[in-house]
Amino acid sequence: MALLTVSGLGVTIGTLSPLDDVSFEAHKGEILGLVGESGSGKSLTAMAVMGLLGRIGGRVSSGSILFDGQELVGLRDSSYRRLRGKRIALISQNPMTSLDPIVRIGAQIDQVSLLHLRLSKPAAKARSIDLMQQLRIPDAETLHRAYPHQLSGGMKQRIVIAMALAADPDLIIADEPTTALDVTIQAQIIQIMVDLVRARDLALILITHDMGVVAQACNRVVVLYAGRVAETNTTQAIFASPCHPYTASLIGCIPSRDQAEGTLLGIPGTVPGVLNYPKGCRFHPRCGDAMQVCARTVPPTTAQPTGSVACHLHEVVT
Amino acid sequence: MLLFTVKRLLMLIPVFLAISVVIFMLVHLVPGDPIDNIIRVGATPAEKAALVARYGLDQPIWAQYVNWFSKMVQGDLGDAIILRRPVADLIAQNLPHSLALGSLALVFSTVVGITAGAIAAIYRDTWFDRGVMTVILLGSTVPSFWLALLMILLFAVTLGWFPVSGARTASALVLPVLTIGLGGVALVARVTRVAMMDIARRDFVMMLHAKGVSRWRIELGSVLRHAMMPVVTILSLRIGWILGGAVAVEFVFARPGLGSLLITSLNQRDYPVVQGCLLMLAIAVMLGTLLGDIVQAIMDPRIREGMK
Ligand SMILES: Nc1ncnc2c1ncn2[C@@H]1O[C@H](COP(=O)(O)OP(=O)(O)OP(=O)(O)O)[C@@H](O)[C@H]1O
Ligand SMILES: [Mg+2]
Repeated sequence: MALLTVSGLGVTIGTLSPLDDVSFEAHKGEILGLVGESGSGKSLTAMAVMGLLGRIGGRVSSGSILFDGQELVGLRDSSYRRLRGKRIALISQNPMTSLDPIVRIGAQIDQVSLLHLRLSKPAAKARSIDLMQQLRIPDAETLHRAYPHQLSGGMKQRIVIAMALAADPDLIIADEPTTALDVTIQAQIIQIMVDLVRARDLALILITHDMGVVAQACNRVVVLYAGRVAETNTTQAIFASPCHPYTASLIGCIPSRDQAEGTLLGIPGTVPGVLNYPKGCRFHPRCGDAMQVCARTVPPTTAQPTGSVACHLHEVVT
Repeated sequence: MLLFTVKRLLMLIPVFLAISVVIFMLVHLVPGDPIDNIIRVGATPAEKAALVARYGLDQPIWAQYVNWFSKMVQGDLGDAIILRRPVADLIAQNLPHSLALGSLALVFSTVVGITAGAIAAIYRDTWFDRGVMTVILLGSTVPSFWLALLMILLFAVTLGWFPVSGARTASALVLPVLTIGLGGVALVARVTRVAMMDIARRDFVMMLHAKGVSRWRIELGSVLRHAMMPVVTILSLRIGWILGGAVAVEFVFARPGLGSLLITSLNQRDYPVVQGCLLMLAIAVMLGTLLGDIVQAIMDPRIREGMK
């Protein structure tokens, strides 16, 4: 059974609805890639699962988020708080800004186990140092007393990962954990997470717009486009035979080393903003295979052997 | 930390020298001759020359400055021309009143301002926030002497709770402290609120939420703590301001103090007293900023290491 089942998730922020009918599952011991260009709704999905939409003035408007059999939509904040950090942890995009600059690193990791595992201070410290060592942070004892600005970006991201692991969560959502880091460090951090998932039987949702990372690390992939799921499938199937033209063009533009970070050459145009999502299939203005029907009706989601796709090309004719 | 403090202290020396020159020159560039005020009507030029020589006003400016400065660092601020007493005595007499008023007003505006600002920030965009901010906006636009008059009318004349003026009893402090303090409350509350709302949007605060820390703990433990940095800055600037800027309030309440002394001596063109007062204010401003720097360094490791 899936650890996390998101079905028909819709998110509104004020009068905007940037996320629409998003469904996917995350399993223990697996890495689920959540991919899509900038603005496709990856972070919002993460925030929805974390129950943090309220912090940016948004809310879940439809659908359900089932975590380990428990419905998270509509959960009271006090109950949600006991899940956050304890059973569902977040690793954020920018390690430079996600640590409190005036609090010692150790205290920031300790906080999690103090809060959720009710450890004593010395026990929490010992646990944090142990975690830091597991993440191959050199000189953990000393760094436990250091401040964030004294560390490099890669080290900071390891600290953030240690923070996420501190209460032994079941699900980790990593929102572009390596975009702010340089390429060699990126690979290290991804490898650390792959190892963690294996060793701890974690479910990991890895948000990225880098198809190279997906190929390297993920078991399954959810492709988001303009707030909707375009396609979901196993990594193997996605790369071997992408169904959705958008997925195909994403794969066609795995950035090579000399190409600028995050650019997706090859797909003309940009993701439409939430204010001007097109009618019908939201990808149709940029799609090489667009038909007349694509501009009129939203493509239904149709099952594929190991996944599903929302594209009129694959619509089952009845 | 000690090294930081010593460094900051050393950095103040050139500032102090520059200020002393400015204070000295300022007074000498102001038109008007204090000798005219004290000299007997119909005195002979010889008598006048003798007086000028007695106060050293016949020497070249730079010699007067060196003389003044070397005495000043030894605590001798000269004699008041009109009041005919050592300036140091006059200041010693008036400073405690200003210090009492200033420090109480500072404590009042700090405590009330931070509390009001923090509550407004935590309940942002509610009627409570709007209410607090409206009161504060009104409070900061009303000039302090006007507020002082209103409060005298209400609390001292009509209700008779506090004395109208003077500095004889402790209760005479209440209205002046409120008058000066309320302006500070408005400032501190506004800065606290804006800073907290700014900090609350930072990534690390979102991470705290993601770690499952409770909202109150985040707002009061982390966000408020960060928001104190700009608050400390404005408070440290206000230390000097409160000592000297209380002029209007000291005047309205007829209180002794550095402000009143400064105004009186300015009117009488009593150079040495004016210089002494300005010097005290300058020292207060410098110590204020020094104190602010030290507090910020204690709060933020990056400042301690000179990275910011
Ligand atoms: N606070 C907000 N208010 C209004 N609209 C928002 C807000 N946050 C996100 N959006 C909109 O929701 C859409 C999805 O945003 P989201 O941050 O989830 O994208 P993303 O896939 O994470 O992109 P990126 O790769 O840039 O992080 C975008 O169109 C964005 O403009
Ligand atoms: Mg994002």
